[in-house]
Amino acid sequence: MNALLIRDIRLAVRAGGGFGLGLAFFLIVIVMVPFAVGADTGLLSKTAPGVLWIGALLACLLSLDRLLALDFEDGTLDLLATAPLPLEAALSVKALAHWITTGLPLVIAAPVLGVLMNLPTQGYGWLVLSLLLGTPALSVIGTFGAALTVGIKRGGLLLSLLVLPLYVPTLIFGAEAARRGAAGADVSTPMLLLAGISAATIALMPFASAAVLKVNLR
Amino acid sequence: MSLWEYANPVKFLRLSERVLPTLWVLAISSTVVGLVWGFFFTPDDIRQGSTVKIIYIHVPAALIAINAWFMMLVASLIWLIRRHHVSALAAKAAAPVGVVMTLIALITGAIWGQPMWGTWWVWDPRLTSFLILFLFYLGYIALWEAIEDSDTAADLTAVLCMVGSVFAVLSRYAVNFWNQGLHQGTSIPVATGERSVADVFFVPLLISMVGFGLLFLALTLYRTGTEIRVRRTKALLAREGRN
Repeated sequence: MNALLIRDIRLAVRAGGGFGLGLAFFLIVIVMVPFAVGADTGLLSKTAPGVLWIGALLACLLSLDRLLALDFEDGTLDLLATAPLPLEAALSVKALAHWITTGLPLVIAAPVLGVLMNLPTQGYGWLVLSLLLGTPALSVIGTFGAALTVGIKRGGLLLSLLVLPLYVPTLIFGAEAARRGAAGADVSTPMLLLAGISAATIALMPFASAAVLKVNLR
Repeated sequence: MSLWEYANPVKFLRLSERVLPTLWVLAISSTVVGLVWGFFFTPDDIRQGSTVKIIYIHVPAALIAINAWFMMLVASLIWLIRRHHVSALAAKAAAPVGVVMTLIALITGAIWGQPMWGTWWVWDPRLTSFLILFLFYLGYIALWEAIEDSDTAADLTAVLCMVGSVFAVLSRYAVNFWNQGLHQGTSIPVATGERSVADVFFVPLLISMVGFGLLFLALTLYRTGTEIRVRRTKALLAREGRN
């Protein structure tokens, strides 16, 4: 499992792996927002938690179609499926690698972009915490979407259509927690629900992902 | 004689051909009776005027929209567990009917909301979760369309339907938490046996609910039959090609 994790991270970080693309996309989305809605600092700071969450979510989505597609094409997935390691575990590791190369950088970059969005001071900690709790769920749900569409040529658009509705609960609780944090209100309810969704999806989604991947490898 | 006998496509087709004419007549007549009665032979509401009459389309459509997804879930489970092709095709056939019902509920709701709430759309929990349901339907149909091999498509969409059901319910409650509603509560709480709709409105509403339900059943049976025949034609053509 360690070997697989290290391999996936290496492949993502090396040239052509697309590491940093998600981050750059996140930056660009956040830069575009003031152009679209106006540079009014009051408005920006009010919408900052939600916009940062949407940006992180889209950046996460962008990197999903390469999560399994390349390994599917060169036959790595067939090997993984026949390896002694259960496919569920292999997909969990792949989701973890995706989170380390995409989710974690987004979490780290979010406070910097929060400055651009004029996020209120008390909101930074809660924003980072909500992203830290929420992005793993985005990665495992995304892995399910990637496993569903892996056999489809140019399935990127379909992948978004399938995955985005599944992101709704995570987004609602994550953005709500960040918003309440920024407004100085009590964050415990949405934060706990967000943590619950992450825990449940990490525990259960790999089984669904492995089931659909097995169908696609048949 | 068990229900599973109709997992055989030939028997299923024979049964649906026998049932469908009656079903069509019942479905169309009860829908027409319900709607005509509702539209022309009920008094105007004291506050809502004649806009209240949209309820005879809106509520039955919403009811079927949700239950169609539920039927797809059951059919998907049957396909995954017992591998009956008819079941998978029935789920496929029901999806477009469900998506149209969802769209009807959304559109009629908007038309009613404009004069009553003063807006076409609000981000109310019920409206929002219906929009999310609509997206789930679109994703489900798109996945069926995208995959060529029909057994693979059936497997993948069945899992998507199950996962989607869980997330749809989750979204329903998440959305409740996220925003307070403008939409009124149910007029016919089944659990308590009470209702806030007077009999003059209730009876035609009930008839049109039954009508929409039968209509869904008839359309789904009919479309399942079509799907079976399409698959048969494909099999025949494939055999022709080999010879």
